[in-house]
Amino acid sequence: MAITQISMFLNNQPGQLVEAVGAISAAGSNIRAMSIAEANDFGILRAIITEPDRVCPLLEQKFLIMRNEVLAARMDDRSGALHEILTVLNEGNINIEYMYAFTGTGPEEAYVVFRVSDVRTAEEMLQANGIATLSDDTLKL
Amino acid sequence: MKQYYQPEIETAPREKILEIQNEKIVKQVRHVWDHVPYYRHLMEEKGITPEDIQGVKDIPKLPFLSKADLRDAYPYGLLGTDLKNCVRIHSTSGTTGRRVVAFYTQADIDLWEDCCARAIVAAGGTNEDVVQVCYGYGLFTGGSGLHGGSHKVGCLTLPMSSGNTERQIQFMMDLESTILCCTPSYAAYIGEALAERGYKPEDNKLKAGIFGAEPWTEEMRREIEKSLGIKAYDIYGLTETSGPGVAFECEEQTGMHINEDHFYAEIIDPETGEVLPDGEMGELVFTALDKEAFPLLRYRTRDLCVLSRKPCSCGRTHVKMAKPMGRSDDMLIIRGVNVFPSQIETVLLNEGYTPNYQIVLDRERHNDTFDVYVEVSPDQFSDLMSQIQRMEKSLENALRTMLGIGPKVHLVAPKTITRSEGKAVRVIDKRKLHD
Ligand SMILES: [Zn+2]
Repeated sequence: MAITQISMFLNNQPGQLVEAVGAISAAGSNIRAMSIAEANDFGILRAIITEPDRVCPLLEQKFLIMRNEVLAARMDDRSGALHEILTVLNEGNINIEYMYAFTGTGPEEAYVVFRVSDVRTAEEMLQANGIATLSDDTLKL
Repeated sequence: MKQYYQPEIETAPREKILEIQNEKIVKQVRHVWDHVPYYRHLMEEKGITPEDIQGVKDIPKLPFLSKADLRDAYPYGLLGTDLKNCVRIHSTSGTTGRRVVAFYTQADIDLWEDCCARAIVAAGGTNEDVVQVCYGYGLFTGGSGLHGGSHKVGCLTLPMSSGNTERQIQFMMDLESTILCCTPSYAAYIGEALAERGYKPEDNKLKAGIFGAEPWTEEMRREIEKSLGIKAYDIYGLTETSGPGVAFECEEQTGMHINEDHFYAEIIDPETGEVLPDGEMGELVFTALDKEAFPLLRYRTRDLCVLSRKPCSCGRTHVKMAKPMGRSDDMLIIRGVNVFPSQIETVLLNEGYTPNYQIVLDRERHNDTFDVYVEVSPDQFSDLMSQIQRMEKSLENALRTMLGIGPKVHLVAPKTITRSEGKAVRVIDKRKLHD
């Protein structure tokens, strides 16, 4: 199962990020994870937020946003855990566009979010190697 | 066989044309000096008297007239003869500011209709043709100009005026019109209307169309030619200079021959007013050589185009003007290159962007900087940085190909380009701050 990520196109100007995060908060949504990619003129805010189905239409009124599916894999909190996951994907010729990590609510719970070209294949490979992936439900989004 | 309405003048040797122009301009400047105090005052301000004008080579000494002058002088300030000698007026639509009213003596009408007759014959018209005039009649010059020209050629003239497409089609089919005169957009509309009614291009008897009074592209020409099964000819004119027929296309379709025995054309740098050599793009300026009632000298049309004196295969010796590129008011000069916002808009639409953009010009160490901000639309947005950067590069390349000069493209979020009074501000030129 993949999870829902939202991406927002933001102009690279003071106040843009606070406005974007403020809008998510005003919609009553919690940001579980986020990362920002920036270029000279613009940035892309990528976030895993709670209740994306309800919140996205509200954000769309003010921002250029898109939804897509990303993989979130459970990772043991120990040395070498990320390396094992990347090795599996590499052997399966899965190209990773970008990734970011976040911690869960329980102890020793860590997750890594992958944006890959082929979500289904990547997911199968991970599961075949005993690596759990999350869904919107399991993450309680 | 080549056909001309007035072969002796249309194919005259260049020396002959120059001789006619020289003789006319000397008389015309004297006439204006004597009859138009408004222009006489402009000449006096420049320290010019009629004696300074010995031929067309001296025309650049004369002051310009602009649209603003015409508005200032409304309605009679530029009248070149007593009202009792005038027989008609025409007027611009006056969509911006005050109308321009142009006056005509009978001689003015005659020379104007001669020009239109030349255009009709150049499009293959003879006294056996049926000319359907669906330009508007009335204050607008289109209808009466082509109507008069058609009479002079001896064509059967259908004074349809514009609109009522059902009736246009009925007359076209029943009376077997062979030449259609209207705006290019109305020609395209008639083409569609014929197709909707099940007519094929070969079902009508039309052979040619004379289309003008609004800008149109080569693509539109091909489309009209296909849908009506005709050859489409361009025609140019302004109410200020009499109306359509100042210049017209021949079968070569590579520019419009200017009727130089009546209108002297110059191309100037719109910024400095300097006369530019043939082949360079600039603002078109007309001097009416023998109009009596509304004798404009050095009238700035604000249309930008290029003149060509390459010999034409049709045998006409008069200079040709290219289709106007746009209005001089809109032209930007960036690193010495002429750029029109409309060119940028064309590229954006071709590349799938919305036409929401802003051009920012600035100067950095004596060099112009050229930045174009473009709003990203939802169907172009991607969460992948690499893809957005590829889009920026690809748009930069497309703009460089079109303009011959490379802007830096900046993609921005929707609705972030400054709008004033609901309209986007297209150009911010900060270079002026440094001058
Ligand atoms: Zn020609």
